[in-house]
Amino acid sequence: MSAVLEVRRGVVAYGERPVLRGVDLTVHTGEVVAILGANGSGKSTLVRAALGLVPLASGSVSLFGTPIKRFKNWSRLGYVPQRLGAGGGVPATVGEVVASGRLGRRGWRPSSTADREAIRAAIEAVGLGDRAKDPVGTLSGGQQQRTLIARALAGQPELLVLDEPTAGVDAASTEAFAAALGDFVHGGGSVALVAHELGPLAPLISRAVVVHDGVIAHDGPIPEPAGHHADPDHDHVHPHAPHLPPSLWERP
Amino acid sequence: MNIFAFQFMQYALLGTAITGLTAPALGIYLVQRRLSLIGDGIGHVALTGVGIGVLMHRSPVLLATIVAALGAIAVEIIRERSRTSGDIALAILFYGGISGGVFLVALSRTGGNLSSYLFGSPLTISNADMVTIVVLGIAILAVTLGLRPWLFAVCQDEEYAKVAGLPVRTLNVVMAVTTAVTVTTAMRSIGLLLVSALMVVPVATAQLVTRGFGTTMALAMGLGLASGVTGIVISGPSDTAPGATVVLFAIGLFLVVALGSAALRSWRRRSLPAAPAASDPPDVLLGVEP
Repeated sequence: MSAVLEVRRGVVAYGERPVLRGVDLTVHTGEVVAILGANGSGKSTLVRAALGLVPLASGSVSLFGTPIKRFKNWSRLGYVPQRLGAGGGVPATVGEVVASGRLGRRGWRPSSTADREAIRAAIEAVGLGDRAKDPVGTLSGGQQQRTLIARALAGQPELLVLDEPTAGVDAASTEAFAAALGDFVHGGGSVALVAHELGPLAPLISRAVVVHDGVIAHDGPIPEPAGHHADPDHDHVHPHAPHLPPSLWERP
Repeated sequence: MNIFAFQFMQYALLGTAITGLTAPALGIYLVQRRLSLIGDGIGHVALTGVGIGVLMHRSPVLLATIVAALGAIAVEIIRERSRTSGDIALAILFYGGISGGVFLVALSRTGGNLSSYLFGSPLTISNADMVTIVVLGIAILAVTLGLRPWLFAVCQDEEYAKVAGLPVRTLNVVMAVTTAVTVTTAMRSIGLLLVSALMVVPVATAQLVTRGFGTTMALAMGLGLASGVTGIVISGPSDTAPGATVVLFAIGLFLVVALGSAALRSWRRRSLPAAPAASDPPDVLLGVEP
């Protein structure tokens, strides 16, 4: 099994503050690796460093066996950011946004039938076929997220890198997203996926990596939820505080 | 006799029409990036080029283009590098540019007409100016229309464009230089201080009624062209300030479309009392089983 994405002893610091302190991450061909961790654990920074969006203070990144500095074949990779970019002073349709995901593969050639077909298929795959001509600004958060996944799929990548694709997304969109990701994986694709919780994505995951405080705390099967997290009705919402405050019925 | 039989009026009309067409074609990318006022800043910087041209008895348009292009690249570097102090760096660059221009023109002691560069002077467009405007206008359209998918991708989501392997830095420099060229192409017709209006206002008007980027661009170019032509047709016979007339007409169009579309929306809402609000129902209501 060859590695499609490999981070070795990656160190990232924002100013003086270290965010990643020597992490290793490998995604092999055909694997679906979930990168889990609490807010601020460094999990998003890890994938952003793996894509070259955040510079490494030390360590190395290779994509498809090539050191990232010399990596040119970006169309083999599809990136799904957390949300639609800051751009958007001007309305843009779902079709237009998804089409920009095809440019890496299209190169500087004029758009071909195959390009248009790939864009149409990507929009269909995420269940937005009837919304292709609608402005992305009028879609729900979940539908916008699906648009971004379609944009990544339009380039027909071998590796998908997703940064919290299901954060704040409604249940219907999460299902549509899980279905699209399942098709991609069954087609032989590899996935690196940052998530806060897995939900319906869990059956797709082949390995989970837990980032805690800038280091890898776990690398293996999906860790069993513990404590109140194991409750099937547990609503996975974390208050932005280090610890849950004791409830009225608990001793502090 | 029809005033438009005179060559200077024809040049005024053609020069302003080209500005009306090209300024929104470039401006839409600035608006998409939420950098609507950058065009104005580049106009300030271009004035230093005008000053150098006047002082050295060289073509002010050519030198303004060179200086504005350097200024635009500086803006791009500041934008790329900095996050917090960029604002102040831009202010220093822009006010340095306009002061430099005023200083140099005064130094030349030619009594060079500063306001014709700041607010445009389409009636005095020379043969040489006209050739320059046509050539640069074609170049601007070639870049803004020909590179549309790539420029759109970079302006929509720069990080994504990087990961998609697009030559983001090159595209940014191409856009910076094209912004400078658009500013100086418009300098003779509507002026350095007013060009930014034609980059932004027609786009703002168009997006009140459009749903996509391509349609917004086409409509904005149409509105810009209409503003340029109408402004000159009004100002020619009535002898009003041409650049200002063009911009006021463009703003008038914006107000008419804004009020019209708001009125249309409220009329539709009242005529369909049972229909839900304009927002989309959540997926669950559309029968998508969770």
